[in-house]
Amino acid sequence: MGAPPTERMKPIPAGDEDLTRLRNADARRGRLVRGVMLAVALVYVSVLLLAPLAGIFIYALRSGLGTIGRTFSQPDVRHAFLLTFVIMAITVVVTTFFGVIVALVLARDHFPGKRLVSALVDLPLAVSPVVVGLMAVLLFGRGGWFEPFFASRGIQIMFALPAMILVTIFISIPFVIREVVPVLQELGMEEEQAAWTLGASRVQTFFRVTLRNIRWGLLYGIALSAARAIGEVGAVLIVSGTLTGKTETATLYILRAFDQYQDQQGYIVALTLATFSIVLLIGIETFKRRRTAEAD
Amino acid sequence: MAGSIEIEGLTKSFGGFRAVDDVSFVAEDGKITALLGPSGSGKSTALRMIAGLERPDAGRITIAGEDQTRTSVQERRVGFVFQHYALFRHMTVQQNVEFGLRVRKEDPAKRRARVLELLDLVHMTPFAERYPGQLSGGQRQRVALARALAPQPKVLLLDEPFGALDAKVRHDLRRWLDELHRELGVTSLLVTHDQEEALELANKIVVMHEGRVEQVGSPGDVYDNPTTPFVAGFVGSANVLHGSVVDGHIHLGSFRLPGASHLQDGASATAFVRPHDIRVAGGEGDVKAVIERLASLGWLTRVTLRLDDGDTLVAHVPNEELHGAVEGDRIGVDLRNPKAFLAPEHVAEEDEIPPGEAPVLREATGPVD
Repeated sequence: MGAPPTERMKPIPAGDEDLTRLRNADARRGRLVRGVMLAVALVYVSVLLLAPLAGIFIYALRSGLGTIGRTFSQPDVRHAFLLTFVIMAITVVVTTFFGVIVALVLARDHFPGKRLVSALVDLPLAVSPVVVGLMAVLLFGRGGWFEPFFASRGIQIMFALPAMILVTIFISIPFVIREVVPVLQELGMEEEQAAWTLGASRVQTFFRVTLRNIRWGLLYGIALSAARAIGEVGAVLIVSGTLTGKTETATLYILRAFDQYQDQQGYIVALTLATFSIVLLIGIETFKRRRTAEAD
Repeated sequence: MAGSIEIEGLTKSFGGFRAVDDVSFVAEDGKITALLGPSGSGKSTALRMIAGLERPDAGRITIAGEDQTRTSVQERRVGFVFQHYALFRHMTVQQNVEFGLRVRKEDPAKRRARVLELLDLVHMTPFAERYPGQLSGGQRQRVALARALAPQPKVLLLDEPFGALDAKVRHDLRRWLDELHRELGVTSLLVTHDQEEALELANKIVVMHEGRVEQVGSPGDVYDNPTTPFVAGFVGSANVLHGSVVDGHIHLGSFRLPGASHLQDGASATAFVRPHDIRVAGGEGDVKAVIERLASLGWLTRVTLRLDDGDTLVAHVPNEELHGAVEGDRIGVDLRNPKAFLAPEHVAEEDEIPPGEAPVLREATGPVD
């Protein structure tokens, strides 16, 4: 008390130094924790994700380009890829079309049981693909509910393309819906209502306003759907009957290749699928970034 | 292009709640009509029904002489301006303005000319290639207005158009809209909760409260001759005084106010006195009060007065009429133009003070200038 102002000021810089020292200690501890976490994350990702990928690369390419050429000249390999892409294409079209409709209903309408429908959409994520395959067998297999209807018309569902597409669609249902619903909710309806007052019909409004606004979320959902459809094996394994050259997809081919000690060809097909998935992944990341960028 | 809007018995309920209850009014051709009311008074719902964005349960909507009660939004050809602009975020300013012409398949050359004309009108020509995200709130609302006007709507509906803007921009844009309306003369219906905005812009004000129309009239009419206590309290600010009626006067503690000759003796009444209707009368005024606080509002001073019975009044007095009075002075005041109403039950609960006790000032929603 009574000291000149300069002296009274002194304790404050001293306190600052203490604070700085404490802060530095805190920062050091923070850096240590962060360093450990970074190391764990890097090891985890590289051991579990990168190492297997590298393994496939090395094994597939070790035997040289000749083996690759021979693998792709096999008719059953070509057919397996064709089948995989046909199933993927149909799945993407169907899950996109119906997914957008379901998303619009879930985001915009209120009806009793809406929460139940919303929960049901996620069911395929929770159910094992093998169980999905079994459900298809129960419905379309011998003695199944719908079997007489199709059998009497000479339509083969089970152990043929239709069943394989059906189970793949079932498994891929959630992706488009899950990505589009939150985007629609965040957008609200005002832009659409503005379009109506300007004379745009519902269809014009959907294509010119709504679709443009949800496109990145939608593409993200489509990419996820496609990746899931390509990789599907459990459900398809059960409903396909794995007839070589007929109902054998790329993933099923890989299974058979290893069964029959044709590891090399299995690795090559696996690498091709992995490469395609990586391309999709890059697409997914791009769409995701655009979507978040536009949300601002 | 222009046309009147006639509303008869418009009613709409959401669940058990009557949002709009038997609303009728006319918005005259070429004029600005304001639907004024607090939030939840049903004014936006009424506007959305007129636009065709909501379906009325009952009533009739006539726009430019045609019954539009059951027609679709698209058929009504109204221009609608949203509070939050609702611009198409993935389109440029120019594409936004062009949208209404494009979906109606107008000739491209005409379209182009009309867009340029409108961009010029709203002073947005330099921003034609920008996206809404790159514009300020005021600019966005100007684009929204140009977009609504582009297809030459029969009427223009504005839902709290300045509600999302800050005070300065709101004032500028209001003045600008006024000028624009003089130039274009399109019939406009403006929804607002801001009484100042309604008083400044509108030729006619429809005051709404709890889904019903309280009063319809010119701004001067609604301000000077409110027909209900709600209007007296909501449009402009007022001191609210509670007392009882004797001989056509309202008796309030130590003094009485005239203007209650239409009320029965012995009834409990509410009087509304505007802050600028309280005059400082030096030693002569009927009502004695102590100056509790003086606060400058620029050329006016807000004077908080404490009456002998402990109640407070707020007065807005031109600075020169204070004659150097300071806080703590005891002065006489005149209360002019009191508006007396039979005290309804619900006035008490809104004021938090039971009748006969302290008068309350209902603050204006905007600054006094």
